[in-house]
Amino acid sequence: MAATDGLNSIPALLDRNARLFGARPAWREKEFGIWQCWTWAEGAAEIRAIALGFLALGLNRGDHVAVIGRNRPALYWSMVAAQMCGAVPVPLYQDAVAEEMAYVLDHCGARFVVCGDQEQVDKVLEIQDRLPHVEQIIYVDKRGMRKYDHSHMNALADVEAEGKAGHYRFDAELETRIAELDYDSTCVMLYTSGTTGKPKGVVLSNRNIIETSKNSSEFDKLRPGDDVLAYLPMAWVGDFIFSVGQAMWTGFCVNCPESAATMMTDLREIGPTYFFAPPRVFEGQLTQVMIRMEDAGRLKKRMFDHYMAVARRVGPAILDGKPVSAADRLAYWIGDKLVYGPLKNTLGFSRVRVGYTAGEAIGPEIFDFYRSLGINLKQLYGQTEASVFITQQPDGQVRSDTVGVPSPGVEVRIAENGEVFYRSPGTFMSYFKNPESTASTKDAEGWVATGDAGFFEEATGHLRIIDRAKDVGKMADGRLFAPKYVENKLKFYPNILEAVVFGNGRDRCTAFINIDLTAVGNWAERNNIAYSSYQELAGHPRVYEAIKAHVEEVNRSVAEDPMLSGCQVHRFCILHKELDADDGEMTRTRKVRRNIIEQKYADLIAGLYDGADSVYTETEVTYEDGRKGAIRATVRMMDAATVAGQRRAA
Amino acid sequence: MNAMNPEGYVTSDGRKIGGVLMEMKNITLRFGGVKAITDISFDIREGEIRAIIGPNGAGKSSMLNVISGFYIPQEGEVWFRGKKRAPMKPYEVAQQGIARTFQNIALFEGMSVLDNIMTGRLTLMKSGMLDQAMWWGRAQREETEHREKVEKIIDFLEIQHIRKTPVGRLPYGLKKRVELARALAAEPKLLLLDEPMAGMNVEEKEDMCRFILDVNDEFGTTITLIEHDMGVVMDLSDRVVVMDYGKKIGDGPPDEVRANPDVINAYLGVSHD
Repeated sequence: MAATDGLNSIPALLDRNARLFGARPAWREKEFGIWQCWTWAEGAAEIRAIALGFLALGLNRGDHVAVIGRNRPALYWSMVAAQMCGAVPVPLYQDAVAEEMAYVLDHCGARFVVCGDQEQVDKVLEIQDRLPHVEQIIYVDKRGMRKYDHSHMNALADVEAEGKAGHYRFDAELETRIAELDYDSTCVMLYTSGTTGKPKGVVLSNRNIIETSKNSSEFDKLRPGDDVLAYLPMAWVGDFIFSVGQAMWTGFCVNCPESAATMMTDLREIGPTYFFAPPRVFEGQLTQVMIRMEDAGRLKKRMFDHYMAVARRVGPAILDGKPVSAADRLAYWIGDKLVYGPLKNTLGFSRVRVGYTAGEAIGPEIFDFYRSLGINLKQLYGQTEASVFITQQPDGQVRSDTVGVPSPGVEVRIAENGEVFYRSPGTFMSYFKNPESTASTKDAEGWVATGDAGFFEEATGHLRIIDRAKDVGKMADGRLFAPKYVENKLKFYPNILEAVVFGNGRDRCTAFINIDLTAVGNWAERNNIAYSSYQELAGHPRVYEAIKAHVEEVNRSVAEDPMLSGCQVHRFCILHKELDADDGEMTRTRKVRRNIIEQKYADLIAGLYDGADSVYTETEVTYEDGRKGAIRATVRMMDAATVAGQRRAA
Repeated sequence: MNAMNPEGYVTSDGRKIGGVLMEMKNITLRFGGVKAITDISFDIREGEIRAIIGPNGAGKSSMLNVISGFYIPQEGEVWFRGKKRAPMKPYEVAQQGIARTFQNIALFEGMSVLDNIMTGRLTLMKSGMLDQAMWWGRAQREETEHREKVEKIIDFLEIQHIRKTPVGRLPYGLKKRVELARALAAEPKLLLLDEPMAGMNVEEKEDMCRFILDVNDEFGTTITLIEHDMGVVMDLSDRVVVMDYGKKIGDGPPDEVRANPDVINAYLGVSHD
């Protein structure tokens, strides 16, 4: 506890920041076309007024306060105000439908619900009859709210005004409540997204959040002058750590976009110094850049291509501080003036000092593109139960295929079956009202199972995540079988939409490939290849050649890894139909269902292993209106070259 | 229904409707030998959403143009805010507090959304051309004030993301919304909407309905609209005028109008057996 000097709650940190950085910007929000700013002192006063208002409305210790809406200072303030009153904030996903909200609101038993706007209020009202414990609905945006029944409803501004007016009645009570907060009291409760089963409420203590924020802020040398853009869902643990935990610990400024649609403009205007985005955001931006470059004039296009080649060659090395020849440095410097600088400015990345991506695998080309521009984009690995951080990449040791070294204070071990376990100051307290799940996830010594399989690279000490632990198997000769690892590598090629790798318990691996109709169709058009259907295109010999080249390239890359070299794809076929959630082959979130695919296409899998040249098959499909039909096709099987495993010197 | 009460009435959802804002008395409009409107009378009350419906060629748009003062009827009188209206210039109409949107969008395609909406405030600006060209003193202060008002409207209609986009690059549904924004920027007493939902998909229609209701609710603006989509009209409006071949064949609250045999006849036809 000494490490944080009695700063053992978010309200305590707020108080310190108001004294230390009183006049510095703490929150900004773009409204009416202008960035509105609140300093730490102003924000602290607002938060205190909201907390007093909450007390006036009768908020009790231990109550849960649900918060639903897009990222706005007022909602962040409400969360801290709830903490001041000894209550627990529970941010919810704003795009959840009413039904999904009903479960969480009922489970946490929230008495107060703070909504961003009319849309969220309507959702709560829709399910209110099932939520007898909801007593107060508080809304931020007054628009459209005038006609509502206000007997149990208040505007946040009114709550604040009430708090200010009645402060003499509640000041003492509020001070008592704040003084009661300690390191082990609950800081926040966050619900997991619940892709498998019902969402679980992860209880995180002040210790979890503050220790983690302290360690990670120091790891990346975050400082009070930093800016973040708060645009990811408030219900997500990452946003709570970045926009509340680290912001409070370090004292940097949290910027809220005007609306979801203006995020890219706001990003450019703010130019954050510390930025987080899931891979899809980086992918989307890169696609935009490439499309616009295709339309650019010839001179610009050539300049772009030339200097991007320079950047790819030397950019990452310069970023990592490795030796680079003077000529290359000069070329990169010129490139920076002509291309990289303006490009980064357009993207809003001019000032990024620390950038992170996580959540899913990012394509190496995408990752390298941003790094070569001189943007310090890194990867981290984490989960809600760990208060985000398990591993992260230190500056200068960044690669697209690892997730870095254990974060400060985090211990990581790999179990027999390859599953990753961790223990850290950020390890969650418990699942709310769910001791069985808590016990099965966290053991008596505090080790938590991640459900992911991975291994540490001997040379660098970096962790590499290969797959979900339950999908990892062994091949017939005992080598590791990690299908998703190979599938992800395949899917990085724009031509390949989906891949399914088989080989568990067998002597070699094979794969199904789904081509991406947009990418391959585009390619076919440019090469004058006529086709009339998906099936015809998928079976085209030249498409097979192209895919074969991709598979062999992946094989070479897989072979570089002695542990995973058994996962090279020996034979593949291109499926005659797209895998589809309507046919039960994928989940609604587009994750492949291996068992179902294995059963449904057993004949094709048999063909891949018995050496047949082609297999005739009939597949049942479900049309969008629910009718069923069948597709008949003869699917070709094709061999792919593999690389023999290199024996390492003893 | 006490719609004839001069003091106004209260709608089913509890909104208070005031006295008569505009009254059309025995309007007849002719184009040469063609009678577009024949002897039509109705009133528009303060705070009301008033719809004019009818089949193609019924004279709805002509009626709207009479309301806006663009057409001058050969017979009949238009009373606005208790005064009989004399023929007016378009800017006088705007100064009186009447703004409108058009069936086929009439925006400045090359200008940004923001600039387009700013034009809506032109009649409210006091500084002269010279002042504005110098961009000093009063002109600068004034522009800031107007910009603030415009930003409130941008926020209200949720078009922040296209603030700086040239209107020509926008999809149809958004252009309609920008046009509404420009009309609102004039802070009208009476807002005329000529087929605000035409050519929109269901989602865009829902959005537009919500905006129209919100405008009426938040600013208390009286709205008169022409619309083809019967579902929309019945949901939105407090009272409906039904026209057919230039004549008024129905007038009253939606439910009453829907049950009116003449209206059913005009819209659905009758069986002649």
